[in-house]
Amino acid sequence: MLRACLRGANSSVRKNFGRTPLTNLQPCRHYTAGESGSGAGKVVAAGLVTVGGGIGGTVLYAKWDHKFRAAVETNVPYSDRLLGLALGPASQYGGPLQKQTESVQHGYKAETEKKSSESPAAEGGAVPAPPAPSIEEASVEATHIISAISEVSSIPAPCDSEVAAFKEECTECHAHKDTAVSAMEEPETEPGASEALKERPVEEVTARLAQQDQEEQEVLTSVSASLDDSLASSAKATLQAIGAQEAALQAIAQHTLRLKEAMEAEVPPEEKSAQWKDLEASLAERTSAVTAAETALSNANEALHSLKAVIDSSKGLKVAAVRPLVLAAEENLHNMVVDLDKVVTKVQSSESEAKIVSQYSELVNEAKLQFQREVTSLTPEIQANWKGLTGKLSEDDLNSLIAHAHRRIDQLNRELAEQRVREQIHIDASLEQQRLEDQKALEKAVSTALQHVKEEARLEQERKLSEMREVMEAEMRTQLRRQAAAHTDHVQDVLKVQETELRADAEQVLIRKLLEQETSYRQLSQEQLDDFTLDMNTAYARLKGVEEAIDSHVLAEEEARKAHHLWLSVEALNFTLKTAEADVPTQPLEGAAQAVRDSCHENDFALALASALPEESLQRGVYSEASLRARFNALRSLARRVALVDETHNSLYQYFLSYLQAALLFEDKQEAPPAQLSSDNLDPFKILSYASFCLEHGDLELAAKLVNQLRGEARRVVEDWLTEARLTLETRQVVSLLSAYANAVGLGTTQAP
Amino acid sequence: MADVHGRKWDRCLADTAVKTVTGLGLGVLFSVVLFKLSPSGRTWPVSLGSGLGLGMGYANCQHDLRSPYLVHGSMVKDQ
Repeated sequence: MLRACLRGANSSVRKNFGRTPLTNLQPCRHYTAGESGSGAGKVVAAGLVTVGGGIGGTVLYAKWDHKFRAAVETNVPYSDRLLGLALGPASQYGGPLQKQTESVQHGYKAETEKKSSESPAAEGGAVPAPPAPSIEEASVEATHIISAISEVSSIPAPCDSEVAAFKEECTECHAHKDTAVSAMEEPETEPGASEALKERPVEEVTARLAQQDQEEQEVLTSVSASLDDSLASSAKATLQAIGAQEAALQAIAQHTLRLKEAMEAEVPPEEKSAQWKDLEASLAERTSAVTAAETALSNANEALHSLKAVIDSSKGLKVAAVRPLVLAAEENLHNMVVDLDKVVTKVQSSESEAKIVSQYSELVNEAKLQFQREVTSLTPEIQANWKGLTGKLSEDDLNSLIAHAHRRIDQLNRELAEQRVREQIHIDASLEQQRLEDQKALEKAVSTALQHVKEEARLEQERKLSEMREVMEAEMRTQLRRQAAAHTDHVQDVLKVQETELRADAEQVLIRKLLEQETSYRQLSQEQLDDFTLDMNTAYARLKGVEEAIDSHVLAEEEARKAHHLWLSVEALNFTLKTAEADVPTQPLEGAAQAVRDSCHENDFALALASALPEESLQRGVYSEASLRARFNALRSLARRVALVDETHNSLYQYFLSYLQAALLFEDKQEAPPAQLSSDNLDPFKILSYASFCLEHGDLELAAKLVNQLRGEARRVVEDWLTEARLTLETRQVVSLLSAYANAVGLGTTQAP
Repeated sequence: MADVHGRKWDRCLADTAVKTVTGLGLGVLFSVVLFKLSPSGRTWPVSLGSGLGLGMGYANCQHDLRSPYLVHGSMVKDQ
């Protein structure tokens, strides 16, 4: 009872936990079956992708690198068709056409350049403004400079007109300069250009012309700058000198006036001293003004000399454009010199007047002093200002004073008579002197006037010369323009004719090329179509082949999968056999057997085998060989003990005898069974030892066969064991058959590489 | 079948022992009762009783072992 309970508990435990290995196998089976099934498909897909990628990469690289494309086309047959299909024909046709058009364009360009170089030369002459915007800029700059100069020297009113005159002259001179420059430029560049047409290329001529222009411009600007500077400085100095001279003149006049006033005017004594002071101040002023005037004059002379030097040097440059500048500068110089001389003469005249007045004043002063001295010598105690003293003098003093006065009057009368007598002589002498001086002054004035006139005449001449030159240049320009116009007309006609000719040629060429292109294109497209249809057919055939292969593969896969499935189920069944533990049977094989039956629906053989499993094993499971072996050892002793008992001899005494025999009889534990059993080998002890030997050596079948030979009570005792052994053997046989079959099927479905 | 055999032997031996002891006891009792009155004690009922018991047991055992396919049942009482 206890043992039954234990067994029941173990079997229930086994049932609860033992199913899990069986159920775990099923999903694994599915996974492994699925993975093995998709492997071939993956291989095919990978191969296709690789091939496509290789072809695409080759085409792309050929598109990028033409040498590679050529290499591929030479080495791989029919690849040129493929590449032409994919990328278009190689770029060979574009070259010659391009070169032709380029040469034609170049010819056109050269001719138009020549035309353009001549036209500005012809047109630029008469109009001063257009061809040289840079010269305008230079003139603008110059006017700026002049205006700046005019701002710097803030001069009193009489000199402004001169400044304005200077300004006008300067702008005039610049305007003259502009026209002269342009007039000068063109005749020089014209011969240069006409020479260059025959000898030099266009670019060199223009470069040379540009260089020449630049040089002349530079010289011009430098000369004009220097002239302007010197003109400006000399103008400033002259103006200053003139101003100073005028100031000196004024100072002298004032002084003279004051002196005269001081000499002749009868003013009260207290103002006299003020007057004398004023006189002295004005004298000082006059001296200072005179000195200033002299310094200014010397400065002006210096500046004028420098200007003259600059003018001479610029005359020496021999550049045509400079001449009018020089001319204008010379005129300015002349004017300045003239003005300066005028002012100087004025100053000199006023000075001479002042001298007379001063001499007169000196004489008067001397007489006064003499008289004073006489008076003081007579009346020493009387003060100098005798006129004011009326009540202070005594009679004697008065009498002496009157006597002195009478004596003085007599003396003076006598002197006067003398003087009258000498008057004429003196007058003659002075007249003579004056005449001489006048003559000298006259000569000087005449010489200066002559110089001035000469200078003016020369300047006039030069001006006329420049005007003549301008006129001639204008005339020449018009002539040249006419010539250029005629030339352009001729050139236009020629160009028109050439154009028509060239156009006709080009059209011809174009038509021919187009025809060629069209035929080649048609050819290519036809080829492409043919290739394409061919490719399509081959592709279709291949596709068909691939499909068939895939289908057959699929079938084979299916078969393999089924075989694998079967094998797995059989393996599972096999595994369940191993789940037996000591004295505990295996799991009931029902589940595994069901799985096997499921996995071999259409296979009769496997189905038959699967259904051949004994019921007991399905429901209850089988014992393992080890457990049977262990059990047998226990059974053996028992069988030995009841060896003598059978149906006829089954009394208790027999039992006792049998026990005795078992206790006293010793046999081999294990003895190898002979090949053939004879009747004397049917002794139970022997049988048991044979069976034991077989069991030890794992031969359950033979052991069972041997045990089957037992008779009587021993047989009854080992009956259970025998049935169990039979069950186990049966199950094992079926399972091994199934697995062999599954292996065979599996081997059959695998494809040999 | 071995277990049955074993079980049978268990039962058989137990049964024999019980019968022998019972016979012995009865014999002792009988001997005491019978010969209490007599001055000399007689011990032959003891051996008779034990012999009887032993024999009965032996016979039962033998009968049981002879019919090996007869398994004894047991009444399971509803509880």
